[in-house]
Amino acid sequence: MSVDLKLYNAIKNSGIDLILTLPCAMLKNLLELIEEKNEIQHIAITREEEGVGIAAGVYLSGKIPALLIQNSGIGNSINAIKSLLQLFKIPVIFIMSHRGAEGEKILAQIPMGRLTPKLLDLLGIEKFEIDSVEKINHIKTAVKLSVSAEKSTCILLQKALWGSQ
Amino acid sequence: MKRFDAIRKIVDSLKDEIIVCNIGAPSRELFNIKDRDDNFYMLGSMGLASSIAFGIAISKPSRKVWCIDGDGSLLMNLGSLSTIANNQPNNLTLIVIDNCSYGSTGNQKTYTSKKTRLETIAKGAGFDSITVIKKEDNIISTLKALGRGCHFVKIKVLPGNAQVENIPLNPVDLKHRFMNSISK
Repeated sequence: MSVDLKLYNAIKNSGIDLILTLPCAMLKNLLELIEEKNEIQHIAITREEEGVGIAAGVYLSGKIPALLIQNSGIGNSINAIKSLLQLFKIPVIFIMSHRGAEGEKILAQIPMGRLTPKLLDLLGIEKFEIDSVEKINHIKTAVKLSVSAEKSTCILLQKALWGSQ
Repeated sequence: MKRFDAIRKIVDSLKDEIIVCNIGAPSRELFNIKDRDDNFYMLGSMGLASSIAFGIAISKPSRKVWCIDGDGSLLMNLGSLSTIANNQPNNLTLIVIDNCSYGSTGNQKTYTSKKTRLETIAKGAGFDSITVIKKEDNIISTLKALGRGCHFVKIKVLPGNAQVENIPLNPVDLKHRFMNSISK
């Protein structure tokens, strides 16, 4: 089974009801699986901050929302994370590809890539790094924690994950 | 007509719609005109009222959702118009009260005071219907006549805020009250 299919299955079985997506090259195959299989309710968004707003509405309606985005998008969402999600205690699961980490070839990805883990710490969002297939079950843990603690969590998908099997 | 007058007429048009209301003066005015458990007052995150309303609309297809947004707020989140219109919830009405200004911060002018027309942008985004209301007397009849669909309604008003109290609710209490109410 491919890494992307394992990721897909983990998301499908995690308790997430709806996923809001913006493309990233690292997420290409996963996004295709979500689209083709059409088993997980998914909606394409135009900007990550917009997705935070939609996710809040989904949660207020009694469902569990996630965002599937590139890490650069956390920068576009800071105010919404603080003054919407955390103010009202609305949990959202951020599933993010981590560009700009070790081995990154595109210079422009590096500043935000290096900042991302520290930024998540500053925002008070617990992060789960997935750099091997064995750690894919972190997705279920993150969803459980989010819902029980009414706190957003973040799954950081590292490039090494795709080279790990 | 000012925003306060428009919101009063919107409230008079209500049956059992869920309302998501824009941050600042609009939420304070709505709270003071008619507080309801089915009102969600956005207290931060300027720009996201239409997105929150859309999230509720797609998750609660049995309920109608009205979003009370503003021109300054919508200009911050124009992509939302495309997301809403392309996903076609048949239970969402986006009501934009356009006073051509950032009302809550001292009535600084927005670009709708010049060349920008939000109804034209909404039409291009793909909304099912577009209505522009300029007379207070037309608000109730227009809102009551809207059937199922994904509607954009602009109400043109003059700048100005009513002198009303702040919302005394704690955000987490407000959330629980709203979630309990719409889950019934």
